[in-house]
Amino acid sequence: MSAPTAVLAARRQTRRAARSRSLRPWYRSGTLVAGLVIVGLLVLVAVLAPVIAPFDPVKQDLLNALQPPSGTHLLGTDKYGRDVLSRLIWGARVDLRVGFLAVLIPFVVGTVVGGVAGYAGGWLDTVLMRVVDVFFAFPFYVMVIVLVFVFGSGELSIYLAIAAVSWVSYAKIVRGEVLVAKEQDYVVAARLGGMSHARILVRHIGPNVLSQAIIYGMSDIVMDIMAIVTLGYLGLGIAPPTAEWGSMINDGQEFITTQWQQATVPGLVVVLTSLGLSWLGDGVSDLLSPERRK
Amino acid sequence: MLHRLRFIPGRLVQSVPVAFGVTLIVFFLAHLLPGNAALALLGERATEQSVAALTAQLGLDQPLWKQYLIFLQQLAQGNLGTSLTYQTPVTQLVLQAIPVTLSLLLYALVLALLISIPLAALAAFRPGGARDLGVRGFTLVGQGLPQFWVGIMLILLLGVSLRAFPVGGYGDDAAGHLYYLFLPALTLAIAMSPTIIRSLRSSMISVLGAEYVGTAKAKGAYGVQLFRGHVLRNAAIPTVSIVGVNLGYLVGGSLVIERVFALPGLGSLMINSIFTRDFPTIQGVTLFVALFVVVVGILTDVVYTALDPRVDLSRTARA
Repeated sequence: MSAPTAVLAARRQTRRAARSRSLRPWYRSGTLVAGLVIVGLLVLVAVLAPVIAPFDPVKQDLLNALQPPSGTHLLGTDKYGRDVLSRLIWGARVDLRVGFLAVLIPFVVGTVVGGVAGYAGGWLDTVLMRVVDVFFAFPFYVMVIVLVFVFGSGELSIYLAIAAVSWVSYAKIVRGEVLVAKEQDYVVAARLGGMSHARILVRHIGPNVLSQAIIYGMSDIVMDIMAIVTLGYLGLGIAPPTAEWGSMINDGQEFITTQWQQATVPGLVVVLTSLGLSWLGDGVSDLLSPERRK
Repeated sequence: MLHRLRFIPGRLVQSVPVAFGVTLIVFFLAHLLPGNAALALLGERATEQSVAALTAQLGLDQPLWKQYLIFLQQLAQGNLGTSLTYQTPVTQLVLQAIPVTLSLLLYALVLALLISIPLAALAAFRPGGARDLGVRGFTLVGQGLPQFWVGIMLILLLGVSLRAFPVGGYGDDAAGHLYYLFLPALTLAIAMSPTIIRSLRSSMISVLGAEYVGTAKAKGAYGVQLFRGHVLRNAAIPTVSIVGVNLGYLVGGSLVIERVFALPGLGSLMINSIFTRDFPTIQGVTLFVALFVVVVGILTDVVYTALDPRVDLSRTARA
């Protein structure tokens, strides 16, 4: 689900439940460790892909097309005779890279816009928030698909498309946090001390409001991986023959009756990835929550 | 009751700038196309004449502000341009596709509530218990499921292995629609339910702790009767706005799911237009979907007010 309010409400709920255990050191938190292990392993697989993948992920071998799983090809081969396991391993590189990199631009843009809007208030806030409302009206997938089309194919246009859609969530969250923070005593004190607005916003308010944006960012990585996988499935993502989980599912759907594992296994890997990232996000949310810092 | 709905005119006025912003963005999409838009759209089919003709058809030879005014003027008349592929008005294509997408969304919403309400109640009854952990596990995994993949898995399990449901097509009459749309609607319902369950569960837990529920229990209300009579309506209120906020996302998801099940709705229309580079149709669908989300936002506020007598948006709007 995309709505930042829903995500944060859920986070607050888990955090409340976690309050009793939040005094324990981080490595005693089950979800954080489980998330770290899963995500760590996936990153390791992605980094070591050239070493551990048994076959070339893009080399065609039409004589051995659509082989069932066997000792040589643990997950069989696809319609071009490419080893499914090797493509799965190499796909981790693409999907994880896009997922992690795609959050960066919207994180920065949204945080800056939200921070300025919340701190400045007045007409600037009104105008910026109307702009946010406008972008919010476009469903995530609709806008990403249209923008990828408009920007042209390629990884860069996927980053731009995701950025153009998802910065608004960060802006909404950070603005809300800044509105609360700017009434706090320490901000009033800094202002009375004659500090510039920029300094107050960056040095004093910034560190106190960023944690919510970071927590949302963790779940946004999952959203972005979903987006790249969906684009790949629709044939609008990373260009073939590059191995990517979404396009693998698309390739496998054709042979669902004879080779069910081809569409199933890449999907399971996506589920595992998002599960690991969600756990990691919950754990980070516990670490960053103010209750813990006290 | 009626005086609480006084906020509606103000809310409508508030959405006017947003609606204008939406049209502005959709309008500018054509100008984001790299280089000459007409050339970019025609690609290899481009000849000098066809580029000139399309430039004129899209109005790209006019100054920018004039283009936008023409765009708005056409829009006010319900004219979204002419499809480059089918040579028919885009409005007509969109209108043909709307019933499919809308019935898929509503069907999915009903199924999602049928899944979510019992599960949320099961979890809320004893928070931290085994059932609660099970339900929370479902919501956690459910959030990480790629929607189109769930669709493929349902096709594999219920369509191919059990042969219980058709895996494509739309059916001919009402019963046929219900039967044919079951798998796609279930797919979308599975995507919706984690958010609904989480919201319902937490509000049910807080409602269950309220004194009036204690009173109802003391008077002998129990089990399903307690939930239906005392808990559900109050717990449903926050969920309404959560569903409303997420509907935009779900519309996007339904477009992808239509593709999996080859349903002739807005999603298939848009994605086919992407592949045929039919820009007026892409613009038309995008515009329609975004305006739909704006309208749903207003409707959510109305339902929210109608459900909860304590909410008075006309008062907060004035404050």
